[in-house]
Amino acid sequence: MGQITLQKVTKSFGDVEVIPPLDLDIQDGEFTVFVGPSGCGKSTLLRLIAGLEDITSGHISIDGNDATDIPPAKRGLAMVFQSYALYPHMSVRKNIAFPMRMAKMDQAEQDRRIEQAAAALNLTDYLDRRPGQLSGGQRQRVAIGRAIVREPAAFLFDEPLSNLDAALRVGMRMEISELHKKLATTMIYVTHDQVEAMTMADKIVVLRAGHIEQVGSPLELYRNPRNTFVAGFIGSPKMNLIEGEEAAKNGGHTLGIRPEHIDVSATEGQWQGTVGVAEHLGSDTFFHVHQTGLTDTITVRAPGEVSFRHGDTIYMTPRTEQLHRFDDKGLRIA
Amino acid sequence: MARAVTNQRKMINTGAAWIIGLLIFFPILWTILTSFKSEAQAIADPPIFLFFDWTTENYSTVMERSNYGRFLWNSIFIAGGSTILGIIIAVPAAWSMAFVPSKRTKDILLWMLSTKMLPAVGVLYPIYLLFIQFGLLDNVYGLTFVLMLINLPIIVWMLYTYFREIPGEILEAARMDGATLRDEILYVLTPMAIPGIASTLLLNFILAWNEAFWTLNLTAAKAAPLTAFIASYSSPEGLFYAKLSAASTMAIAPILILGWFSQKQLVRGLTFGAVK
Repeated sequence: MGQITLQKVTKSFGDVEVIPPLDLDIQDGEFTVFVGPSGCGKSTLLRLIAGLEDITSGHISIDGNDATDIPPAKRGLAMVFQSYALYPHMSVRKNIAFPMRMAKMDQAEQDRRIEQAAAALNLTDYLDRRPGQLSGGQRQRVAIGRAIVREPAAFLFDEPLSNLDAALRVGMRMEISELHKKLATTMIYVTHDQVEAMTMADKIVVLRAGHIEQVGSPLELYRNPRNTFVAGFIGSPKMNLIEGEEAAKNGGHTLGIRPEHIDVSATEGQWQGTVGVAEHLGSDTFFHVHQTGLTDTITVRAPGEVSFRHGDTIYMTPRTEQLHRFDDKGLRIA
Repeated sequence: MARAVTNQRKMINTGAAWIIGLLIFFPILWTILTSFKSEAQAIADPPIFLFFDWTTENYSTVMERSNYGRFLWNSIFIAGGSTILGIIIAVPAAWSMAFVPSKRTKDILLWMLSTKMLPAVGVLYPIYLLFIQFGLLDNVYGLTFVLMLINLPIIVWMLYTYFREIPGEILEAARMDGATLRDEILYVLTPMAIPGIASTLLLNFILAWNEAFWTLNLTAAKAAPLTAFIASYSSPEGLFYAKLSAASTMAIAPILILGWFSQKQLVRGLTFGAVK
């Protein structure tokens, strides 16, 4: 079980309120991702759930029990830190065993769980090494191993992949997703990387300055962003946001169109501009188009074989059904 | 070409290091050499460096005249006792300063260090009077206590800097793993801080061993450590250099040997953990 409920939770450091009153429900077995730019309070929120920070007011309950004043050790949650936070003076085996040793678990059961976790995480050959002798990816696995052996009510991940190189990050992303499918335990995952959020989450919580901007499944957020902030944050490259006459013509203060929802042509189209930088990914090419009269830069995604040179004139046609309209407060117009 | 320059520079550095090292060590070397000379050769002009009649007569005289064992034991007791007592008091203090600092933590640390800038003689009178009141004069326990207080700021500072090197996330991880405060200190923090604690122990043992002002002023015979033993051989007229040297050599020998075998920890200690 791992149902977590936050009611009117706030957090202030001195006079600075980092989390204004916030409500959130996390269902048992759900993979929830907190995403937002740096300083949005996502890590603080995770640490409040973990109990590593005291909440200023409000209530946190885990599986229906009030956990507000329960110390982190007693909440039954496991956490994986960005820095891995392994115990450098202990072998991998002892690191993984530590939470079980603290719980005074039977030795045979400890050994059984260590073997099982090590097998699942490809760590069997490294059990007698110290963390200092392992690579970044292996250390991350040890940290995850230390979390699983406790069979916690929920896993908390604080930007666990940001210290890994790009290739390893993609691999670990898969492994964590696999792990979630296998264990079906609640996981809360903090990241500033919207790609991680989109690929891993059942539910994404977008945060800005301690406020929840929107909660929803990755595709909900992609298709129906509630405001211009979510629209710009979710999706890569970012959604183009156009203000002024063109927006008014379409019945909004701000008009949003994703780069992948614009068709390009060399001869005709609704909008016209000059090609600036082109980013070739092979399968796709992103063109950054200037001098459109709409906004500084319009980004468009075209198939990899489409070719424009720097300075060429390009014509663009947005797909009308994919246009997003926002009012003058940035809120979506249904 | 670049390699040649590097090698040349390396040689100059090594040479300079040796010269400075020998310069610093020379007084100690001279003391040791003098302790093997006769009194006449010890004050010979010009001084004799190596080619004198080696004799151990000074050592046997010193051993005959004074009870070296008792002085040695007092030194060990006072230096060891004050260091251990200091560590026991400083560990919780440094822990709270490093991991749960308040707005005033920095000020408190500086204030503590500022007591080291006070000339010791400034508080000699009140402490002397207190010692008379409590009957602690010439008492090893009294001296242990005073030396602990004298070195406490340094012990707290050193431990504080070592604890600061331990990442807070590791302690938080222990908390998440179900460790109580006791478990956290016992199984995670202390093992990680052991090199730092060892350096602190060593450095303060040496500081307390060499401390002369308080040991000379607050003891007479019973509680006198090796510093008093050396002092008893120095005469205002500057006589008996050879015997004074023998006594000095005997007093510094134990600490010199200890220092030799723990060089690595000592360097770490003296640089406040900046070198690993």
